[in-house]
Amino acid sequence: MTVYIMGDFPSALKFELGIYVDQFVRWAKLNFDGFFELIKKVSLALLLNVEKLLLLIPWWLFIALVFILGWRIKNWKTGLLYSATIFLIGTFGLWEELMTTLALVISAVIISLIIGIPAGILTAYSNKLEMILKPILDAMQTMPSFVYLIPAIMLFSLGLVPAVFATTIYAIPPVLRLTNLAIRSVPKEMKEAALSFGSSRWQTLFKVELPQALPTIMTGINQTIMMAISMVVTTSMVGARGLGLNVIKSINQIDIAMGFEAGISIVIMAVILDRITQGMAEKFRYPESSE
Amino acid sequence: MPTKIRVENLYKIFGRNTKEALRLLEQGKSKDEILKITGSAIGVNNASFEVKEGETFVIMGLSGSGKSTLIRCLNLLNKPTKGSIFVDGEDILKYDKNQLKKFRQDKMAMVFQSFGLFTHRTIQSNVEYGLEIKKVPKDERRKIAEEAIKSVGLEGWENSLPHQLSGGMQQRVGLARALANDPDILLMDEPFSALDPLIRREMQLELLDLQAKLKKTIIFITHDVNEAFKIGDRVAVMKDGEIVQIGTPEEILENPSNQYIEDFVRDIDRSKVFQAKHIMQKTTAIMSVKDGLNVAMREMRSNGLSSLFVVGENRKLEGIVTIDDTINAIKEKKSLKDILKNDYFTADPEDYVQDLIPKAAVTNYPIAVIGEDGTFLGIIVRVSVLSGLA
Repeated sequence: MTVYIMGDFPSALKFELGIYVDQFVRWAKLNFDGFFELIKKVSLALLLNVEKLLLLIPWWLFIALVFILGWRIKNWKTGLLYSATIFLIGTFGLWEELMTTLALVISAVIISLIIGIPAGILTAYSNKLEMILKPILDAMQTMPSFVYLIPAIMLFSLGLVPAVFATTIYAIPPVLRLTNLAIRSVPKEMKEAALSFGSSRWQTLFKVELPQALPTIMTGINQTIMMAISMVVTTSMVGARGLGLNVIKSINQIDIAMGFEAGISIVIMAVILDRITQGMAEKFRYPESSE
Repeated sequence: MPTKIRVENLYKIFGRNTKEALRLLEQGKSKDEILKITGSAIGVNNASFEVKEGETFVIMGLSGSGKSTLIRCLNLLNKPTKGSIFVDGEDILKYDKNQLKKFRQDKMAMVFQSFGLFTHRTIQSNVEYGLEIKKVPKDERRKIAEEAIKSVGLEGWENSLPHQLSGGMQQRVGLARALANDPDILLMDEPFSALDPLIRREMQLELLDLQAKLKKTIIFITHDVNEAFKIGDRVAVMKDGEIVQIGTPEEILENPSNQYIEDFVRDIDRSKVFQAKHIMQKTTAIMSVKDGLNVAMREMRSNGLSSLFVVGENRKLEGIVTIDDTINAIKEKKSLKDILKNDYFTADPEDYVQDLIPKAAVTNYPIAVIGEDGTFLGIIVRVSVLSGLA
């Protein structure tokens, strides 16, 4: 007989949390099937339509649009640089993959914003809600992105929907947090001024709080986009197509050439999206009052 | 003047356990004790006062005295814990959501310490805000806003953003925004405290000018005694959430109701509060221009004076005679008219004593106080101007 003094953890002490989670997910799926079906349908429809739209745009028009955006946000040189790098992706033969990936990112971001911004506003209005959400959001942001794939597969099996789902969940926290922060940091007297003129709650929100919060919310949107892009490769493991899938393939096949091209394309996409949305956020920033 | 606002036994307690705090307060526990026991902070403690229509009512107190809390109760930005507030006879605490909105849109407008301007809106659209909420048609509200901007002297800045203006100008925008709504009542929460002293003085004078024209009911919050006494028709002094004294500036200066107020008003420059009418002596020692030199002689001798004011019809001031001139004139058989002098100073009853000091320093005679219609009201002896006005 072996005597354990400082040895292994006693195997008799067992708490199989995983099983319960598994059971919960199964239960949820069984009982809320209609709900999950709806999510499935809506997100799939959104994704496919965005993708269709993006592929409908001729490549030269797309590059021209990127040029114009870069030019408006900074100057024509920036526009030229952006459009040239996008052109480069095309020469890799990855144009369609780029559009597919972009569609995934855009769809996930749209859903994230639709959920995240109103949730952020509600959180700003309720200290209780903030108290509840804060640890959840902290956990969401520290969790490795791979973990999101597990519930996604459980609920939606393989395919595009779990990819959108996992990306959305991963991308929501920044915009939610920053919307909350932005609404909360609207100066008290400004809100009081709005109320003192007899504004309703909605009027105060739309005429004062949201315009004041917009620059910060734009920063949140920018970060949400970045989070969504960072999920591109991960979600390819559950069935997303596009640039991410090329990266996964190249890892499996140890194909350095393909891996590099796909990788650099993702980087280019990320940098350009970052710069463009950051530039937009900058444009929304009002100069602060001098006193 | 009819009563515009009546506040009765108003309490505002911040925190969760307001009932318990209220009970302890009634037992006579202090603010600090209650905070320790219940965790609730007393904002306003049993405040009662009335404000008449067209009156400028100043609430003065140090920071933390509850004055800002009190003014925010008047438009229910703070919901009072207990008590009632009547505006035009209606208890506004009984208003529902829509009545309250309507009340805020029509009756009251507020001006804030750090201006509370909407930094994302132009000056024009800041001033239009209240009208926008009231759903005034666009053209009309543009016109009204332009008018209001003009009345505070900011024409030409309509399309600027608030950050492009100086502090004083920003507060003018705040004032214009409030005036554009044409409220009966203006709530001003330390409106000039964030401004530098020179601008502050200028704004105070402008407010007095505006008020003379508009005759609004104004509730004005300040921590500055000089400002309170300069602007207020009546002043309420607050301490620890309680109103400790209400009265006209002169009443408070002359009869501070306790040590706290005495300390408060010690620093005040009395010459800025007292006016000619307050230190004027209503003398009977005058003579008519129809009387002769002998009457003058007698008047001066019996009153122990060295000079005497001479009035004509309707007590209109004609001049002054001195005792030396009178004695000489009697000897030389001259008439009163020959020795009448005009090198005295006059003052309006509304003149501040401060402004009389230079006159008092150079004159040899008392200063004559003359009413609007030119009648002689009384005299101010030099010594009362110069000796610290005690």
